[in-house]
Amino acid sequence: MSFIDIVNEWDNFDFDGFFKAVTDADILRAISKETLTKQDFLTLLSPKAAKHLEFMAQKANALTLQHFGKAKLLYAPLYIANYCENQCIYCGFNCTNHIKRKKLTFDEVREESEALYDLGIRNILVLTGESRAKSPVDYIADCLKIIHEKFSSIGIEVYELTTQEYKQLVDAGADSFCMYQETYDRDVYKSVHLRGPKMDYQYRLDAPERACKAGMRSVNIGALLGLSKWRKDFFFTGLHADYLQNNYPEVEISVSPPRMRPHVGSYQPVEIVTDADIVQIITAFRLFMPRAGISVSTRERAEFRDNLLPLGVTKISAESSTEVGGYAHKNTNTPQFDISDDRTVKDVQDMLIAKGYQPVYHDWY
Amino acid sequence: MEDKLIIGGKELTSRLFVGTGKYANDNMIPDIIENSGAQVITVAIRRVDLDAKDDNIINHIPKQCQLMPNTSGARTAEEAVRIATLSRAMGCGNWIKIEVISDNKYLLPDNYETIKATEILANKGFVVLPYMSPNLMDARRMRDAGAAAIMPFGAPIGTNKGLTTKELVRILINEIDLPIVVDAGIGKPSEACEAMEMGAAAVLVNTAIASAGDPVLMAKAFGDAVRAGRSAYLSGTGAVSDYAVASSPLTGFLR
Repeated sequence: MSFIDIVNEWDNFDFDGFFKAVTDADILRAISKETLTKQDFLTLLSPKAAKHLEFMAQKANALTLQHFGKAKLLYAPLYIANYCENQCIYCGFNCTNHIKRKKLTFDEVREESEALYDLGIRNILVLTGESRAKSPVDYIADCLKIIHEKFSSIGIEVYELTTQEYKQLVDAGADSFCMYQETYDRDVYKSVHLRGPKMDYQYRLDAPERACKAGMRSVNIGALLGLSKWRKDFFFTGLHADYLQNNYPEVEISVSPPRMRPHVGSYQPVEIVTDADIVQIITAFRLFMPRAGISVSTRERAEFRDNLLPLGVTKISAESSTEVGGYAHKNTNTPQFDISDDRTVKDVQDMLIAKGYQPVYHDWY
Repeated sequence: MEDKLIIGGKELTSRLFVGTGKYANDNMIPDIIENSGAQVITVAIRRVDLDAKDDNIINHIPKQCQLMPNTSGARTAEEAVRIATLSRAMGCGNWIKIEVISDNKYLLPDNYETIKATEILANKGFVVLPYMSPNLMDARRMRDAGAAAIMPFGAPIGTNKGLTTKELVRILINEIDLPIVVDAGIGKPSEACEAMEMGAAAVLVNTAIASAGDPVLMAKAFGDAVRAGRSAYLSGTGAVSDYAVASSPLTGFLR
């Protein structure tokens, strides 16, 4: 069994026809249910459900308070390399873009790790860009061991690995995993991934499951919204999260709803994902999977991120640098994407407290 | 006869245990404790950052309280044992609430792993309080493994659904000669009161207080409800009858 079987089941499904047939009564029924079916989830992602956003938001807020209380987890990314073998036409790090490439030495990793620790962050996400040749698994594992001296909770966002390799990283100190399928639409996937190992749709699709098998404590997935039709892409993100949670109940499953941002390169989104769309996505998901995490990065504007907090978000990044070595030495390399929220950890902490939330830094040993 | 609750050799002044999760601000915790009268306080060790010496949740807990660190986040007995060992090394005392959850959908405790952790930690000298899915045979195994009390849930954690496992908890109260602490699921003071009327030794409440409109006032309400329920249990409630007891009984002619 693989999630591909579920993707295949929906191959001939008429999404447009389904959306056309959805009624207000269907939407209200889905919102009031305690346990939502896949069809209910899709109903809440329909264009018509946008009219009922406030109702969805009220329920999403109540569920989030019930399951997560007032706690919001803070994290920051740590880029240790940005070499890439893939040609993803929408990405600033893609192998044909002439940007400054860099890979941190172990001393530099230690320096970055200390700089981040000094900011007060305790949960970090280590990223490499996707080059097995330049950033081999042994290199990543050695970096994790250094970072693990300071941090007890470390996520990884790297190229696709085997189960055994994920285990190696778990042993080196990684406890969470993050990977974006980018799009679940196979045709679009093929048309935007022109070169490199990432061209293999299913190998990437199965990576989160391999991470679950390798013993990761938490697994975060998502699609880059705007790359294809977002309603369908986020629907499959939810189904993927549901599949993983049902098969790996011991793993904490979470999703992110990143949308396309301006970057070096010229590829533009096929669909603009509006603020209201993001609200619909987050609230629909919260109703579908009340216990799952939702993470929102600094790609989003400060004010918008703050407004999303009551709707279901459980994890936010702060004072993020998306450039390699960007904490110890700012502005020396090209960032993967431009961040929209440049507040410091202290600013984000003050904002959370002012809004009645508790910033959580430390979440595991 | 004096009504004493003794766990792990310690005589406790309150039968309401409270949690520290889900609050907007840890500064609220001393007020919660004062207004509820609670003495036993549970803290998730996963959230305690020892390096943050000033803003550490442990600092918000008054010294007279009995700390009950918990192993929240543990998925196996091995992880629970590791967290418990860390907790004691940090200076959080030798009480430990074992919480092993390997199901993230419903957050139901894993009794099998919990029994294993209970045995290991009891042998290491901890006062072990296992959180469990109410089940008589598993409760006996926990007792035999050295548990100091048994903590079955009233409803899945965080749901505020009340005492939905009432009949199973009642069996534990009747059959297990250890304090039975109803932990998780209690949503309203009336439900805490009901658990106490049934003979529970104590109740542990977190979400219902933390997610209340006024947590401090709700903490007081729970403190009152627990005391009322205990008094009712000690008094013994009157018999319940399906029929009214007539003042001119049908068998009066026999007198």
